[in-house]
Parts: sequence; C-alpha cells; structure tokens
Amino acid sequence: MKTAALTQPILIVTALVTLALFALFSGLDPVLLAVSIIIAAQPLLLAALGEMVVEKSGVLNLGVEGMMIIGAICGFAAAVETGSPALGFLAGATGGAALALIFGLLTQYLLSNQVATGLALTLFGLGLAALIGQSYAGIKPPPFPKLDLPGLSDIPVIGPLFFSHDAMVYIALALVIGVWLFLGRSRPGLILRAVGENHDAAHSLGYNVILIRLAAIAFGGALAGLGGAYLSLVRVPQWNEGMTAGAGWIALAIVVFGAWRPWRVMLGAYLFGGVTILQLNLQAANLTPLWLLAFGFFLFAIWRTLTSRRPLELLGLWLATVLTAAIAAKYPISIQSQYLSMTPYLVTIIVLVVMSADRLAANLNAPASLGRVFHKTG
Amino acid sequence: MRFLTTLLGAAALALGTTAFADGHEPTKVGFIYVGPVGDFGWSYEHDQGRLAIEEAFGDKVETTYLESVPEGPDAERAIRQLAASGHDLIFTTSFGYMNPTLKVAEQFPDVKFEHATGFKRADNVSTYSGRFYEGRTVLGHIAGHMTETNTIGYIASFPIPEVVRGINSAYLAAKEVNPDVEFKIVWVSTWFDPAKEADAANALIEQGADVIMQHTDSPAAMTIAEEKGIYAFGQASDMKQFGPNARLSSIIDNWGPYYIARTQAVMDGTWESMDTWDGIAPGMTEIGEFSDKIPAEVRASAQAIADAIAAGEMHSFTGPVNKQDGSVWLAEGETADDGTLLGMNFYVEGIEGELPN
Amino acid sequence: MLILEPRATTPRWLTVLTPVMAVIATMIAGGILFAILGKNPVEAIRIIFLDPLLDPYSRTEILVKAAPLILIAIGLSLGFRAGVWNIGAEGQFILGALAGGATGLAFYPVEGIWLLPLMTVAGALGGFLWAMIPAILKIRFGANEILVSLMLVYVAILLLSALVSGPLRDPDGFNFPESRQFHNAASLPILIEGSRVHAGVLVALGAVIAAYVILQRHMLGFRIKLTGQAPRAARFAGVSQNVIIAICLGISGALAGMAGLFEASGPVGQLVPALPAGYGFTAIIVAFLGRLHPVGILLAGLVMALTYIGGETAQLMLRIPSAAISVFQGMLLFFLLAVDVLTGFRLRWVGRTSA
Repeated sequence: MKTAALTQPILIVTALVTLALFALFSGLDPVLLAVSIIIAAQPLLLAALGEMVVEKSGVLNLGVEGMMIIGAICGFAAAVETGSPALGFLAGATGGAALALIFGLLTQYLLSNQVATGLALTLFGLGLAALIGQSYAGIKPPPFPKLDLPGLSDIPVIGPLFFSHDAMVYIALALVIGVWLFLGRSRPGLILRAVGENHDAAHSLGYNVILIRLAAIAFGGALAGLGGAYLSLVRVPQWNEGMTAGAGWIALAIVVFGAWRPWRVMLGAYLFGGVTILQLNLQAANLTPLWLLAFGFFLFAIWRTLTSRRPLELLGLWLATVLTAAIAAKYPISIQSQYLSMTPYLVTIIVLVVMSADRLAANLNAPASLGRVFHKTG
Repeated sequence: MRFLTTLLGAAALALGTTAFADGHEPTKVGFIYVGPVGDFGWSYEHDQGRLAIEEAFGDKVETTYLESVPEGPDAERAIRQLAASGHDLIFTTSFGYMNPTLKVAEQFPDVKFEHATGFKRADNVSTYSGRFYEGRTVLGHIAGHMTETNTIGYIASFPIPEVVRGINSAYLAAKEVNPDVEFKIVWVSTWFDPAKEADAANALIEQGADVIMQHTDSPAAMTIAEEKGIYAFGQASDMKQFGPNARLSSIIDNWGPYYIARTQAVMDGTWESMDTWDGIAPGMTEIGEFSDKIPAEVRASAQAIADAIAAGEMHSFTGPVNKQDGSVWLAEGETADDGTLLGMNFYVEGIEGELPN
Repeated sequence: MLILEPRATTPRWLTVLTPVMAVIATMIAGGILFAILGKNPVEAIRIIFLDPLLDPYSRTEILVKAAPLILIAIGLSLGFRAGVWNIGAEGQFILGALAGGATGLAFYPVEGIWLLPLMTVAGALGGFLWAMIPAILKIRFGANEILVSLMLVYVAILLLSALVSGPLRDPDGFNFPESRQFHNAASLPILIEGSRVHAGVLVALGAVIAAYVILQRHMLGFRIKLTGQAPRAARFAGVSQNVIIAICLGISGALAGMAGLFEASGPVGQLVPALPAGYGFTAIIVAFLGRLHPVGILLAGLVMALTYIGGETAQLMLRIPSAAISVFQGMLLFFLLAVDVLTGFRLRWVGRTSA
C-alpha cells in the first residue's frame, strides 16, 4: 500500500522533470514555460474549484461558461471604471454569483431541470455579457501588478516560480486549501457533503437543504466569475465577445477528472493548462506532436508500473512509449493544426476513462444526489 | 406600419427597382458581418467602410448591417432578408458567404452583390479583396530589421492560400534584410480566440521570438507583446491602443474607398460585375503609421518598398525564389502570377517546418 | 405561507397555459430590455413574434430552422427520460454531416435516386457511431457520458475543419476550406418552390410521430421511462441498464447525424467548417421546453425557430444588437423553465387551519 500513496507524487515529479528536460532540450526556459502554464491554468482552476463545491452539494450547474463570461465582463468593466483590478475581481465574483443565483432560484425553488437550466444560463450569460461589453471592446484594462518581494522574487528559478506571480495565483491556492479544509475538516463542510449525498436524510436531520445549496451555487458562481475576470484582466488581458471560448466546459470536465477532490482538481487544471500551452510550444519549436503522445504513454506506463501487477500490460505500455518516441525522433511528421488542437479534449476523455475505470477513486467521491431535484414533500 | 413598408418594398422590388437611380430615393446599402462590429479587427474595418459610405453620401444613402452572422445555414437567410427588404447593394464580407450570396443573387437579379475574398462571380455578383501580402512585405522588411534574436513569431489561423501567402511574403522580405532570420509559426485553427492567441504569443516569446506577426483577428497578441516588452504589428485594424510601445506598424484593411466607389456606381447605374484585388496603390491595403521605435533609415526603406509596390515597380514575389523543397518556383526576375498566388499551398525555401496541409 | 404541492395529474388547460404565461412574461421583460436599449418595445416584440408568421418566406424559414432542432431533440428526449445525458448531439450532428456528405462527394457526379437514401443511412450511421463512443465508455468504464459526449463535440468541430481543408476539400476551390457543392442527386429535394423547405422537414415530422408511438405504445418506451423514473424497479423488471444506455445514445446519435446530413445537403449544399450552428445544444433546451414529450418538442422547436428568425429581423429593422437577442432568448428559456413547476406542482397557501 505504500507505493499507492506515493503514486501521485512520483507521477507529478516525473512529469515535471520530463517537462523541464524537454524545455531545456528544445531551447526553452523551463521556468518561463512553467509560468505560462500557471497563468493558463488559473481561470480553469478557479471555475472548476467552484463547480466542485456546487456538485458536492448535489447540484449540477452546467452554466459555468455563462458565469465565467459574465465574470469576465463585470470584472473588466469595474476595473476600467474604477482603475482598480482588485475591485474588478470583486465585481467579477459578484457578477458570477448573481447569475448563479438565477440558476439557484430556478432549480431550487422552482424545481426546474438542472441540465436545461444550466444550458440556458450559458446562453443567457453569453448574450448578456456581449450586451454589457459593447462599449468595452478595444480598451486596455489597468495592469494587475505581480508580486515583487525584494530578495525572494529575485532568487533565480525559485523566485519567478514561486514568488513573483500576481495576487490571484496565491488567492487561488488559498482557495484550494480553504475548500479542502472546509469540505474535509469542518462541520459546515460535512453538512454540505451530507446534503449532496442524500438530501432527504439531510432534510430530516433538520438541515435547510435549499439554503445550503443556494450558498454553494453562489460560491460556485463567484469562483467562476473570478476565473472569467482572470481571463479578461490578466491572461489576455482585454474584453472580447465570447472570449471564454469553451473554458467553462473544460472546467466541468476537470471536476470529474479531479474526482471531486480539491488537490486533484488543481492538478487537473494545471494538466489542462499544460497540454494547451505545450501543444503551442511544440509547434513553435517545430517538433512533431507525436512527442506529446510519447509523453502520455510514458506517464501512463509509470503509473501502471507503480500500481499494476500485470507484466504483459506493462510490457505493452513501455513498448508503446519507446516506439512512439522512436517514431517521433525518426519521422518528425507534421499534421494539420486542427488535430493538434484536439489534444486537450482527447486527453480529458482518456483521463476520464482511466479515472472512471479506477472505480474506487472516482465513484466513492461522486455526490450521490448529483443533479437530482429536491422537494420537501417529494 | 413597418409591415406595410416591407410589403411596399417588396412590391417596389417586384416592379423592378429603378427609382433609386435618379437620386430621389436613398440608395440602400446592406452589410453582412461575420463577427461583432466591435471585434477591432476584420468586421470592425468593414463597418468603418460602411460609415465611410454614410459620411460620403449623407442623406442619399441608407445603410444597414447584420452582425455576427455565422457562415453556416443561417447566412443565406440573412442575405436574403437584406435583399428582400429593398437593398440595392449588399456587401457580404466573409469568405463563407460565397455560395449563399450566389444563391440569393440568383433570386434577386436586380440587386447588386459584392462578396469579399471569394472567387465565384455572377452578373450581379462582384468579388473584391485586398492584396494584403503586399503589406506583409513591408512589415516583414521592418521585422527583419528589428529582431535582435533573429526569431520572428507568426501566429497563423488556417493554412489557406491567403495566410500562406502572407507568411511567404513576410519571410522573403525579412530574409532579404536579415539572412539569419528564422520564422517560428504556430497554427491556432481559429480566426478569433483571444485566449488562444495570447497563449500562442507567449509560446512564441518563450521560444525566443522578439517580433510577433499575426494572421488572426484579435488584438490579444499585441497586448501580450506590450506586456512582455517586444514588438508586434496590427492586423486588419491599427491596434495601436493595445500596444502603444509594442506596435511597430500595421496592415489596415481600408475598405472605405472601394465601398464608396461601388455605391456611386450603383447610383449612377454603371455598376458592373467585376473582380477587384487591390493592394497598396489604391489604398485597400493600408500600411499603418511607422512607430518611432523603428530607426529612421529603416522607416525610409520600408516606405520606399511600399512606394515601389504601389508604383508597380516591385512585386512581393520576385525571383529567384525556390519552394521549400528546393525546386525552382520563380526564376531570376520573374514575378508570381495571380493564379499561383490565389492557390498558394507551399512554403518558400528557408521556412522551417511542414505546412500543415 | 405559500408552498408547492405535487399534483397527481396535470390538467390539460394548464399544460397549454403555462408556456403562454412564459411567453407573455418574456415579452414584458424583453420589452423592458429593449426600452432600456432605446428601442420601441412594442414594435420589437411584434417583429420578433408576429412578423415572421405573417411573411410567407419567413414561415418557410421557421420550418427549415425548426426541423433539425426537432429531429435532434426527439432523439435526446428518449435518453433524457432514461437518465442518459447526451450533451454532445452537436458532435453527432457534425459526424452525420461528414459521413453522409463524404458519401455524396464520393459518388460525385453520379446521378441516381439511390444516392440520397444511401447518404442518409451513412449520416445516421456516422452520428450513431460517434454516440457509441460515450456509450461504450460509459458501459465499459463508467465514464461520465455528459463530459465524454461534450468533449467529442470539440473534437468533431476540429475534425470537420481538418477534413474540409484536407481530403474533402473542393479540388477547384483554390484550397479554401470547404467541400465542393453537392451535385443534384446528392441534394435534398425542395418541398416548397422558392423556399428552402427540404425533405428533412418531413423526416422530422415522422420522427415526432414515431417517438410518440414508441413512448405510448411500445415496450421500449415503457422500459426507457421506467429506467429514468425507477432504476431499481427497472432492474428487477429485467431491463438492462447498459442496453438502455446504448439504445438511447444510439438513437439520439443517429437522429442528430441525420439532421446534420440534411442540413449539409439541404440548406447549406456543401460541407463547410461553420456547418454546426449550435443546433445540438439548442436542441437540448428544446427537448426540455417540450417537456420531453414529442408533441411538446414539435411546438418548442417551432417557437425557438420563431425567435431566431424574428430576432434576425429585429436586428435588421431596429438595429437591436444580436447580443440583445441572445439575452431575450435566454429570458424566454428561464421563464419557460420557471413556469414549468406549475404543471408538476400546485401552489397552495397554507394557513393556520389547514395543516
């Protein structure tokens, strides 16, 4: 059982070392690459973390995309009007939460179907954001300062990796820790999970299921709004119609990928950000995308080596790794860019399958009442 | 009331619209945009052209537009709506509108249509586009001078001839002034996705690019360039507000003069179906103001190139030029013919990487 | 206080009245929105809801727009009833268009009345197979079908883009990313002269009837409903959960695939990267608006199409930004979903005397 506990750290370290080697080998600065991945991951991390809490309470809100884009425009508009990015983030969170409460009202009080309402929320959010944003296209937002600790931020490698990000990166990390402590260690967190597991039982124990769920929905909306504001204030930074471009949907996938665990959700967000950035970097470095496949096989092989006892499977995986790497080295074929752009989605599917196949990990943690309508007398 | 006017409009149409030719009735000009008018790129510039018409003709014209019309099944209906509501001249401003435009044009023989960037025409359908590659020759020249790492990053959308042409012309011009220059190209499979374009710009910068060129429509890359303290060029519109320090120059799609001329032709009754592919000379491809960051002598040489192209003394693709595989494309002194340019699907010699085709 | 009480049966008049209430509420809220934007609210509402019905061409366009929505929503509704969440109809739509369209292009320029049926089968098969990916992953590994089918939408969009700029590209098209136009035998026949109403509209209507029969009269319909409402009971009754998953995803995939092919060989006439116009997603909403009932879906699809056509007209005539139209549609959905509660529950005032 000892190896099982070590599996995740070993995998992460291996992945990081391989990435750093890849970066050095292709003339990249691994630190810069890591910083890019961190920035790309933040919107996903925030939105996914929020949605995870919502789902833990037994509610499936598919409107993440809509809440994110509302957060993006509210945050952008507030930052431009007040000149303060901090107020912008606050407004983004508020906007996201407000939109989420429409969903909460409909699904919790009026008992509408969560899937349909979530989709309608996305449609509505995209339209409303575009409408609000009409006078904000083509404006530069006030810059969001990066942390600059004299001494610490100047240390080579360590400094840029850990001590010179913008405040939101640290806030997001604090939120991950907070959610982790809240869900796992606190009484309100326990109640929230109880509501998600069995709302009828929670109700008969005297908990106000609807109020708890509304709070979770608002929190999820606020975090999605923050993620959106991060897009429009830091990552891009500008306002454009439809600028979330599917990030909300990916956040939903990350929740499942993360098996409803905060740290895994964070890992998922970084993995996704990583794949997105890497496929662009591979192109820029003129390397064949086959390397990405080889890398995937490699990690998979290591994982199975640590957990599986079936020699034939292991042999196959390692063979696949070596073979793909050999092909990549010998025939650096280029393929249509569209196929490259598919990689993040395909990786999600593969990871989803792997996670789900590992039933113990995923299913034990999935909230049992997810998506089911709660009605007191029902 | 509105319904009645629509009916009347339809009736007038049925009787044949000649009333506008004598100038008593305002000429109605309609536009179909693929993006929102506030995209600060492609659709924005077309809308600037529409506003130029209004400014030029005042009360004599009435303009309308439909924005964010997807190029799929809805395009035909949108175009038809404009045709059916009494428009005399309709500009459909994206490649994907080509076949829908032709279909509607067949049903409304008295309405004039203008389709941007396409290649199919009819008696009442003209096509027009800009020789943007001429602009890219000028930008490539500047980029070649300005890069210190000898690495130019290029964010590309789809490997269609228009984009490949742009890469080749920019590369040839940069190579001319800087033999060590290297192009790093990232294909993002989208015309407009600010987050992805920003990521691509970051990836290119990490790979050592200190000048970014782009053939996608959002100003995201410009914003990133400003933040990272490197150089970039405006695309489709000037984009100066996104990168006051980063922006070196820009290619501006200036549709105004063409739109005014075509509207005038409809008013005069002299409109004829034709194909227009205009470059720097008539002003459809406009080179944005040069930044002070560019040394004076480079500004002068860039201007000289622009002038020479405009005067017809120089062509962006002048031999000797080899294809990427080393085979000869243009012999010494030979210039590329439009047919090859329109279907260009190869890199010129020196560009690394395979064209994802 | 006001409480919600479940109804044993839903009176018929209420089923009709609730959507009407929602539409009226949307008109009021939308009117306020348009007034804020400085447009005449009455005129705007009239243009969106009434004008398309008065204009003959717009009437035909409503049919063109509604047909794929209805066809897809019918398929999805079966799955939704069984608790199988296929969110990826958009992807199945694309694969149907690709498979059927490629078949049509492969036989260019062969004429023959057998070609269209062949393309339709290929299209249905394409959508079916694409839907089988989440089905198999769900059955074999328990992977969440919502996310797998959704991720496959993005893959499908990119695949379409790759294929029309690669193998399926028009050989005479200057390398532009689109296929050649379908020749005569590969194009859907037009039902109403001068319009775009194509044979696919009839198929959509047929699907409504077929779904009605299956749900009301057929054992399969019963099993689907049972699985959704009482999974345990269904298991005891010998209904295999896995078979239901495969059937529901398969049918919805096949119908979405057919809708995709009809859209390609009908109104569009070729394969283009912009072919998917969001039908797959809108159809999910249509399915719910129609309360997963075939007749309801038929009506919901028509209303949805009406707001699209009317919205375009309003954009043109009143210069209402397209974003405002999306907001307006979003409102309509919210109101429809909100009043839906009244069909399942009754509002009751609980005073002191009544417990």
